[in-house]
Amino acid sequence: MKKILTSLALLGLLVAGTAAVAEEENSAAAPTHLPIKDPKEMDWSFAGPFGTYDKAQLQRGLKVYKEVCAACHSMNLVAFRTLEDLGYSEAQIKTLSAGYTINDGPNDAGDMFDRPGKPSDYFPSPFPNEEAAAAANGGAAPPDMSLLAKARGVVRGFPQFVFDIFTQYAQGGPDYIHSLLTGYDEQPPAGMVIPEGTHYNPYFLSGVSLKMPKPLSDDQVTYDDGSPQTVDQYSRDVSAFLMWAAEPHLEDRKKMGFRVLVFLLLFGALVYLTKRKVWAGVAH
Amino acid sequence: MSEGHSTYTPKTGIERWFDARMPLPRLVYDSFIAYPVPRNLNYAWTFGGILSIMLVAQILTGIVLAMHYTADSTLAFGSVEKIMRDVNSGWLLRYLHSNGASFFFVAVYIHIFRGLYYGSYKAPRELLWILGCIIYLLMMATGFMGYVLPWGQMSFWGATVITNFFTAIPLVGDWIQQLLLGGFAVDNPTLNRFFALHYLLPFMIAGVVVLHVWALHVVGQSNPTGIEVKSKTDTVAFTPYATIKDAFGMIVFLFFFAYFVFYMPNYLGHPDNYVVANPLKTPAHIVPEWYFLPFYAILRAITFNVGPIDAKLGGVLCMFGAIVMLFLVPWLDTSKVRSAVYRPWYKLFFWLFAANAIFLGWLGSQPAEGSFVLMAQMATLFYFAFFLIALPVLGLIETPRRLPNSITEAVLEKNKGAGHHPAGATAAPETKG
Repeated sequence: MKKILTSLALLGLLVAGTAAVAEEENSAAAPTHLPIKDPKEMDWSFAGPFGTYDKAQLQRGLKVYKEVCAACHSMNLVAFRTLEDLGYSEAQIKTLSAGYTINDGPNDAGDMFDRPGKPSDYFPSPFPNEEAAAAANGGAAPPDMSLLAKARGVVRGFPQFVFDIFTQYAQGGPDYIHSLLTGYDEQPPAGMVIPEGTHYNPYFLSGVSLKMPKPLSDDQVTYDDGSPQTVDQYSRDVSAFLMWAAEPHLEDRKKMGFRVLVFLLLFGALVYLTKRKVWAGVAH
Repeated sequence: MSEGHSTYTPKTGIERWFDARMPLPRLVYDSFIAYPVPRNLNYAWTFGGILSIMLVAQILTGIVLAMHYTADSTLAFGSVEKIMRDVNSGWLLRYLHSNGASFFFVAVYIHIFRGLYYGSYKAPRELLWILGCIIYLLMMATGFMGYVLPWGQMSFWGATVITNFFTAIPLVGDWIQQLLLGGFAVDNPTLNRFFALHYLLPFMIAGVVVLHVWALHVVGQSNPTGIEVKSKTDTVAFTPYATIKDAFGMIVFLFFFAYFVFYMPNYLGHPDNYVVANPLKTPAHIVPEWYFLPFYAILRAITFNVGPIDAKLGGVLCMFGAIVMLFLVPWLDTSKVRSAVYRPWYKLFFWLFAANAIFLGWLGSQPAEGSFVLMAQMATLFYFAFFLIALPVLGLIETPRRLPNSITEAVLEKNKGAGHHPAGATAAPETKG
């Protein structure tokens, strides 16, 4: 057994060694490893076994989405009616959805028509189709935001991905979005070539720069609950909101999970005691 | 351990009526109550039961999911999101099903490694082992096709990469690939046939499971000593002894399963699969599900041509060869002793093989470039060397440790040190409780 453990340890060292070599090859001006910087891990209210969404934060995040992101990004899997999760009343949701114009139809005469939104409608897209979105944004359509917080994540690597199981780290998406939104002010290293029309961001997952310019600036969105109106706060709030948009049943899931685990623990203990009793007279 | 005679005596009128016409109660009684199991089975033997409940759970959640799912390339992604957002407990069903697939594989890998460690594949259990290998193959096909159904980026590109293997086969390769895809590229016909097959294969698995259990009940279970059952004192009745132990094993397994379902349901998946499939945009790294990673590493390790076999065909041959090895294990192992407990060298090689398999899995998740390629080649070499060199040679040159004469003797020897079991009670376990 000792021999096995030693050989396993040696194998581990070998792997760590090669990983270190690979890291060195990642030169500053022409990085081979993306993203250049790993996302910053933030404290999220929805992390951990008892995590819940901070409704005030989600409301602020929705405001940032509506006033900033929604200009280019659709969110077409999220219905207005689900905004009840954010603490809005039915009447508030009616007012909010009525503020949107929805293209509906055809009507009895066979014509498409515009009407005010209803709670059962989904957030409308800012562009009529993906081609229009791409044409208006330099060739790349801005991604839909409904699932963004689950559709982005930086590979955690060994051994972190093992620790993640014990710490229940599942916030890679919001961490990434927050880091990206706050990463625009960093300067590219000397000698790095930034393609025309793109913007350097060391946190971007698929390149050294991206087409989206810095979207947020201080005091851009007015908060009425006294929260700081900074890029960092906006980024946190909109990341939390996007996590809710991607995983609206997170609270139910964690609540049910706790009950299920407690049940399995108690039931398991009883079955174990029964098993001991059954086997008590039998050497095995 | 097939007793040859049944100890079932129908007690009620209904039981007698059935027994004279279709002796189903007798079958159940003989298989799950009176069926004798070795008394020394450890918790590694609870995974057969665990796998059965996982199969049932997958089929049940899958049938309900299929009621809400739409197999159409323009609607599939949205229908899965509808399940996640609007279907009552849909998120629970879908997370149970997707994580259930992963935990099904966790259990099957432990089950297979248990068989390898204790030599459970040796005569007369070769057929039992091969039926198990067939179940594993069917599981792989089912898992792969299930991963395509949400029609995310990894679904689409995983399907593209894996069906592309078949084009490496000389002469008929392109034809086979087109038959699988229902066209020249992964598209709506592919999704439709994968959905149909994903619904069909689990029932085929259930069928082979019946054969697997049948074969098991003919030859009886192996056990940690690898010594065949010789007398009645070597065994205990399935109920209550094995039932209660299996139940406890299942609950512990379900605890880990639930931990992932409720607290990190996306940990074992890939973020890219929450992006709808786009045939024009290839992801940076196409990675299969974690349970295929060792084979994926073997596939990509072959970067060189060997004579008329080019690297692509070589990789495909090695990947399928890696699974074929499992089928051949009963004849590759030349040892007369079953269990690694009594085989010091085999035990060492077994653990090296297990570590190597995990290492291959990690390599499969890394890009196939730089030093990773060489490491994957070494690990692939070791994988095949274990089956083709270590298994046949060790059996010939290794001196096994002294084997106990019987299971009962092994148990009593083990417990002598502990001493908390009264020796008298061990002689007649069936009279207890």
